[in-house]
Amino acid sequence: MAEDKNTEQPAQGPDKAQDKAPGKVIEVDNLVTHYGEREILKGVTLDVRENEIMVIMGGSGSGKSTLLRHLMALEMHTSGTMKILGQDIEKLTAMEMFHLRKKLGVAFQSGALFSSMTVGENIMLPLHEHTDLDPTTREIMARMKLEVVSLAGFENLMPAELSGGMVKRAAFARAIIMDPKILFCDEPSAGLDPVVASALDDLILDMRAAMGMTIVVVTHELESAFKIADRLTILDKGHILMIGTVDEVRKSKNERVQNLLNRMPEDDTIDPDEYLGRLTGEEIGGDATL
Amino acid sequence: MAPTDNQNWLALFFDKVGRYFVAGIEEIGNGGVLVVESFFWLIVGPRRKQPVRLGSIFAQMMEIGIQAIPIVALLASAIGVMLAIQGIHTLRIFGAESRVTIGIAFSVVREFSPLITGILVAGRSGSGLAARIGTMKINQEIDALKVMGINPTRFLVVPALLAMLVMVPMLTILSDLMGLLAAGLYVGIDLGISMAAYFDEVRDILTVDDVWHGIGKSVIFAILIAVIGVVNGASVTGGAEGVGKATTRSVVQAISAIIVTDMIFAFVATR
Repeated sequence: MAEDKNTEQPAQGPDKAQDKAPGKVIEVDNLVTHYGEREILKGVTLDVRENEIMVIMGGSGSGKSTLLRHLMALEMHTSGTMKILGQDIEKLTAMEMFHLRKKLGVAFQSGALFSSMTVGENIMLPLHEHTDLDPTTREIMARMKLEVVSLAGFENLMPAELSGGMVKRAAFARAIIMDPKILFCDEPSAGLDPVVASALDDLILDMRAAMGMTIVVVTHELESAFKIADRLTILDKGHILMIGTVDEVRKSKNERVQNLLNRMPEDDTIDPDEYLGRLTGEEIGGDATL
Repeated sequence: MAPTDNQNWLALFFDKVGRYFVAGIEEIGNGGVLVVESFFWLIVGPRRKQPVRLGSIFAQMMEIGIQAIPIVALLASAIGVMLAIQGIHTLRIFGAESRVTIGIAFSVVREFSPLITGILVAGRSGSGLAARIGTMKINQEIDALKVMGINPTRFLVVPALLAMLVMVPMLTILSDLMGLLAAGLYVGIDLGISMAAYFDEVRDILTVDDVWHGIGKSVIFAILIAVIGVVNGASVTGGAEGVGKATTRSVVQAISAIIVTDMIFAFVATR
């Protein structure tokens, strides 16, 4: 697929030595996906390297959440290839996918904690399902992870009894309970006040430092993205506008990247005839049909 | 040539009917796949170290079965008394009210117990299942299960299906007993027949086949309720309103399916 004229290719200069396949935990090549007739991702190509924090950014409808769902192997693409931890997800058997999933952790935007279980039970669930550990060991491990996310002592509460920030922390604890190789975070700071959001950013950095995992974060919060990202992927209408470090993105000459950074709306010139047609449901100059 | 209004109307009508038909076939297919997948996990799950948790099954059995005992007992008793009242009233025309036990025994065991139990469980637990799965879907909890490597069918559907398969027939047996007992009490008061004589007559009338007829139906109803609840819950879109719609749809579909299946079952079983 032809590259967008405005697309800046991944930063390659000083990072070229690291740019070898063994260091890549996620490799996406020319990924195309559709919802019905609508093309959502239009030839996305990106790599995520071991132990890095990759932030995927973009405006609403840019396809970042869809890309994340594909990276989490929740949806299958129309064309292109995607390798997670060296495994082509299209070619995996159900068992291979099952084993791969145990190496992934996800903190969803809403937390996605099971409302019928306590915080502790939520966090222990993957251990309960995938290991033969005895209940006491599971409880100890859950408390350790709660300690990591500063929620020690909250294991007996129900998710409904937690604040928004605490739910996200608990979701992080559940996501890291199996010590995943890759942690995906969907809008971690969405809906939180700046102080709590900043604390969550620190938590992401701490988790990477403590556990050495690769972290992929989808967000539209610029401040948060610049604070935690090693590299950023900027998406726009299903295309990758650019991939680069925080500095490279800040210095980008790409108009659409700058619009996003400066929170400028896209220049959308309105054709008065077309606008009138949309309002009245009539095609100007054509037949009046519903 | 431009289509006339009539042609447009017809085209829209057939388009709509066609879409409903295709959607219906798709839902039936989804339900079938769900049942097959459930039994797959039940059998293969332990070998893959992904067993269906007994705790979840017992929790569902408590919710679907044990907690429904009071309302099932109450409704079954009311149906039993109602059948006795109507039976005596009708047979009195012929002076044959003493034969009311035949009608009561057959009606309760073969027809009303499984039907009322099925409808009650559909309204109580089928709707609950649809609402739970729908809410989990919009809260991304189903996605969370998938990315944790926990198969949602094994984790959510199999315990509910198994609990239904055990508890709906159990509730039907309870309903049989309560219906017959309540009817017997009314018959005793109205016609002066002793309970011992009434139950002797019931035992003479009913065969094991009659009891199995009712229980067999209840097993089919259990599968229908579980599958319809899950398929509707899994199809939820559009937030809380979507959950409400799916829940209502699940109850209407389950009750309709129960009544139609009951008719077909009765026809086939009496040939």
